[in-house]
Amino acid sequence: MTAEVSRGGLVLPSYERPRGAHPPLDFSGYRSTALRHPQQPLVLLPQRLTEVTGPLLGNDLITPSDSDLTTQHAGEPQGQRIILTGRVLDSGGRPVPDTLIEIWQTNAAGRYRHAREHHPAPLDPNFTGIGRAMTDAGGNYRFVTIQPGAYPWGNHHNAWRPAHIHFSLFGRAFTQRLVTQMYFPGDPLQPIDPIFNSVPDPKARERMVAQFDIDLTQPEWALGYRWDIVLRGPGATVFESEVDDQ
Amino acid sequence: MTEGLTPSQTVGPFFAMRLPWPDGPFVVPEDTPGAITIVGRMYDGAGNVIPDGLVETWQADPAGRFAHPDDPRGPAAGYRGFRGFGRCPTAVDGSFRIITLKPGPLPADGAGAAEAPHLDVSVFCRGLLDRVVTRLYFPDEQAANEADPVLASIDEARRPTLIATAEPADLADPAGPGTVLRFDIRLQGDGETVFFDV
Ligand SMILES: [Fe+3]
Repeated sequence: MTAEVSRGGLVLPSYERPRGAHPPLDFSGYRSTALRHPQQPLVLLPQRLTEVTGPLLGNDLITPSDSDLTTQHAGEPQGQRIILTGRVLDSGGRPVPDTLIEIWQTNAAGRYRHAREHHPAPLDPNFTGIGRAMTDAGGNYRFVTIQPGAYPWGNHHNAWRPAHIHFSLFGRAFTQRLVTQMYFPGDPLQPIDPIFNSVPDPKARERMVAQFDIDLTQPEWALGYRWDIVLRGPGATVFESEVDDQ
Repeated sequence: MTEGLTPSQTVGPFFAMRLPWPDGPFVVPEDTPGAITIVGRMYDGAGNVIPDGLVETWQADPAGRFAHPDDPRGPAAGYRGFRGFGRCPTAVDGSFRIITLKPGPLPADGAGAAEAPHLDVSVFCRGLLDRVVTRLYFPDEQAANEADPVLASIDEARRPTLIATAEPADLADPAGPGTVLRFDIRLQGDGETVFFDV
């Protein structure tokens, strides 16, 4: 059940605050945070109408090839074909239906198709590396794509990002908005990657890693990976500052 | 039993492959009567512009309502094409713009109390491991702003970082319709924007 709070005479849902789940904004291992993190403490914003609502974007944004990144060009992209599926849930275990997921990634050689990309790995004329999907009524999503590659970045000496796919999700409320990255199991670069390790809790880090699934794997065709995404759910606590003046 | 949350990670430098939409800055179509343009720049702690940032806005319609099942009042009629949501990447000069309608006030706690018209703003960029959230309030709503419970909770010296300023007409974006408001975002340092724990 949704926790509910009365606000201005309206009964609204409330969402838990993500204490400790997300990385700190000031994280010295990732150099670009130095000049880009606020130094003043964040101000507690009670969740009101603007925060508990959010854009509900429609299926009109999506075409079938948006979720199959291997069929967006005339030919087949290079690399290991993968099927990537999972569920979007809230932290109360409820599916998040009909929500837009946007993804972007490198090609098999670890190169992004972007003007500011300088990694001297080959572009693939048959791979753009962008996708979109909507979750269904059960919160399920599915992409077909290519296993992305590791790539170097200038953060420190010999810095390489582990293979990952960038994910952007809306959920059903402004509070649920999430941009994250999905990683692959067994990648030796994960233990030394500052961005992966910016998440303080090791268990939470593991929640960014997809699981290989032999039952999802299709013979003579593609490896299967499963990755569930958990957005903020019903708040358990109404903060004192949020209690109605009655 | 609650599930652990999926952690946030930075959008990195290459989100521009996917996240910008051609019509992203248009909360309403450009020719909508009464449309306003919000312009701004994003700055880092050294005062340099941020050319790889993304701004998203979410707001009520001019009647102060949301087309969303959790607004028990439902959407107001008469704002066809209004989607409440805007999204704009920053350009090489750190600039962004959003074309929208000014939202109405929202009911707040207490008899007759209201939240002043505002937009919720999410800020993403390379170097931010999680989005940061701020609010944009309107310069022509002085009385409503003074009564706003969120603004009231903020140190008076920092409140102006949340209030857009009217842009002189001769600086107005010729491509944008109607009134132009400026809302610069400073992630760090002098004049640091107030960000919220939402
Ligand atoms: Fe990346």
